[in-house]
Amino acid sequence: MINEHDLAALNGTCPEHYEPFQDRAGAFYETFERKPENQEQTHYCPGCGHGITHKMVARAIDELGIQDRTILCTPVGCSVFGYYYFDVGNIQAAHGRASAVAVGAKRARPDSVVLCYQGDGDLAAIGTAEIVHAANRGEPITVFFLNNAIYGMTGGQMAPTTLIGMKSTTTPNGRDPWNEGYPLHICELFAQLDAPVYLERVALGNSKQLIGAARAIKKGIENQVKGLGFSLIEILSPCPTIWKMNPVDAQHWVRDELTKVFPPGVYRDRTKDAPVRPAPKPKPALADLPKMLVGKGGVAPVEPAGTAPAAVHDLSIRIAGFGGQGVLMLGQVLAEAGLSADMRVSWLPSYGPEMRSGTSNCHVRISHKEIASPVVTKPNVLLALNEPSLRKFLATVEPGGWVLYNGTSLPEGMERDDVHFVIKPFTELADQVGDARAGNIVMLGTLLEATGMLSGESIDAALKRLVKTERWLELDRKALAKGRETFHLEPVSA
Amino acid sequence: MAKQLIKGNEAIVKAAVLAGCRAYYGYPITPASEIAEAAAHYLPLAGGTFLQAESEVAAINMIYGAAGAGLRAMTASSGPGISLMQEGLSFLAGAELPCVIADIMRAGPGLGNIGPEQGDYFQVVKGGGHGNYRALVLAPDSVQEMADLTALAFELADKYRNPVYVLADGYIGQMMEPVEFANQAIEPPPPDWAVLGTAESRKNLISSIFIEPESQEHHVRHMMTKYHRAEREDVRFESVQTEDADIVLVGYGIIARILKSVVEMARERGVKAGLLRPITLYPFPTRAIRALCGHAATFGVVEMSTGQMVEDVRLAVEGRCPVEFYGRSGGVVPTAEEILAFVLEIAKPAWPASILEEVAIHD
Repeated sequence: MINEHDLAALNGTCPEHYEPFQDRAGAFYETFERKPENQEQTHYCPGCGHGITHKMVARAIDELGIQDRTILCTPVGCSVFGYYYFDVGNIQAAHGRASAVAVGAKRARPDSVVLCYQGDGDLAAIGTAEIVHAANRGEPITVFFLNNAIYGMTGGQMAPTTLIGMKSTTTPNGRDPWNEGYPLHICELFAQLDAPVYLERVALGNSKQLIGAARAIKKGIENQVKGLGFSLIEILSPCPTIWKMNPVDAQHWVRDELTKVFPPGVYRDRTKDAPVRPAPKPKPALADLPKMLVGKGGVAPVEPAGTAPAAVHDLSIRIAGFGGQGVLMLGQVLAEAGLSADMRVSWLPSYGPEMRSGTSNCHVRISHKEIASPVVTKPNVLLALNEPSLRKFLATVEPGGWVLYNGTSLPEGMERDDVHFVIKPFTELADQVGDARAGNIVMLGTLLEATGMLSGESIDAALKRLVKTERWLELDRKALAKGRETFHLEPVSA
Repeated sequence: MAKQLIKGNEAIVKAAVLAGCRAYYGYPITPASEIAEAAAHYLPLAGGTFLQAESEVAAINMIYGAAGAGLRAMTASSGPGISLMQEGLSFLAGAELPCVIADIMRAGPGLGNIGPEQGDYFQVVKGGGHGNYRALVLAPDSVQEMADLTALAFELADKYRNPVYVLADGYIGQMMEPVEFANQAIEPPPPDWAVLGTAESRKNLISSIFIEPESQEHHVRHMMTKYHRAEREDVRFESVQTEDADIVLVGYGIIARILKSVVEMARERGVKAGLLRPITLYPFPTRAIRALCGHAATFGVVEMSTGQMVEDVRLAVEGRCPVEFYGRSGGVVPTAEEILAFVLEIAKPAWPASILEEVAIHD
């Protein structure tokens, strides 16, 4: 029974025109795709609470006139096929995730009415995190929580709501609180949260209870129609097949036993005084979006400023020091300045665990050519803001390269005669111009003066983009000048 | 638009917004957190939704809901979070929902560390979730490509109604490079299969359940036709000096950038090296690699893993020539120099005499 399309797929070829999978429209009772022998009946067992609840939900949808607006999110469990019975938009979710799916759908389509239908295993076991947080955020969805104290579809395993002593296939001797803990009371638990608008537990134990259940279900949906927040209706529901009872006995058991452990009642009702959610802000015009995306941290796009000296063709810079010395910032100034001068640039921070222990370093490349690797393993410029950095990276510097060190003399064992050293107490010099934290920029001034690698205009343009306050911009300009003059005060040690 | 010097992680978000992404659900994790932070800033500006979910499990299912409701939606994470999302990925693929997931890889397994690695190849490229499905995977090697391939990812996701990954490592995510964005923003209308809460879309159903085995088989065969089509139409790769190469290096992401340096260094030493950089990891550039078997003596695969993509290279080569592997892991990024040593080693039989002398002296 393999058709041509399937054969093509098996053989690794397929038709020229891709046809999306068959539309599964009209997935209602008449076209119910169950095992062929059972086409004439619903898939729910006689006496099951789902059928009753479905009818109540469907009637409320009709009465509120919201059929077109409704999106039903169905769970995994017996009600996985909820979409066969509701002629509304349907999204079927993974086990426990219906409330997360409902959140995604509701926020995508705020005008829709999103109903989330979940059983006790789905909502109160595997999906506990999703439903608690949806409730706690006050998501404006309506949740129907069917509690029948057992796993139905999978054949009678324990649910989080299984009663103490109740037998299931995974509690063959009855639920033992020492092993399985106690039945989980969702309404009582959620009543501790600030956000929910409406929490009520109802039962399907007799006619009077059914009337109450229908009222609560409609109210929960109506809340959403009115724009109010989270509503959850817990429905104590019979499962005659797994309970091994006839439908009448099962209904009585709901009324007489389940309600003892799970008392029906209103656990929260703020429908009268709950604030209506604010309407979403109007969307900006599409044409305005590109310019709104410029510069999150106030960093303006790069404008041309200054030129790159022809002599500088390929800079591989490693900058290292303690956290707080402005290591990453110094790298960014260099990269931004290089970009202003129309050169290729890259900036790569060390972001590993070493940052936490207080040291920091970054790789900067500035080049006239396309930059292959942004990883600088053999720098031709090393900016070492502390001694550990010098010890770590000095040996990696290319012969003929520049090493700027924040200190008064070279530490023992750090001598090299094939690189240019510039040793200055940059932090102290920065202190002299007003703030020791500008030591990185004093070092930058010295570097520029020593190598002529980038023009003053490019650097100033970069500082203007990156420095947030006027005070710091002034300070950095002073620090830069201090660095430049410092270089000329004393000879370079070679 | 003028060039901006920004991190790869931020570039993803800006490109996504320009491509019409209006829903971001995610959970913070280093080294991907800047994506969530930028999304928290830009998505609301564009009239979209940002939500920090309670977990990656919740986030990917919120994406499922948003995508089902016809929005372009994305999330991002790193290894451990991507592991948690795999259930959702399988459901998204099964229900044929488009979405984009960025994975900024860190070192594993387990908690590992936050250093860059490429150890997620198996879980991202080969599946990771249950069942017969594939995810398309794009592997940027620059900040510009973080932007460009994110935009492409949304197009491919819609084209195939399938999840598409942008797979990068911590370095590509954290690195800043100049990037230029599209001058125009787009916002495609919702697809006609989506559930919108309207009369027109009322008939629609998002689901991955096919209770009859034959229906399920038909469904996965249908999905296979999509993947075969992707293998025909959407393979992307970059080829650098492979025309005359004796040694063809294969690497993606940050490794490919380092390999570009290595190719130059090897050629300076007389070894004809080239680089084939897969841009799509699925569909993999199998034919391009196989075509090089004609003149390449050896393939050298370099990864920041203990050897994952190398399996796909071997499958492409099918024993026609040797495939050698060099990998670092744990957050260690190999230097160009150490990879060069590997290249010289595997190139030995073809070395010119002058190089052999040089090596002899060093030994």
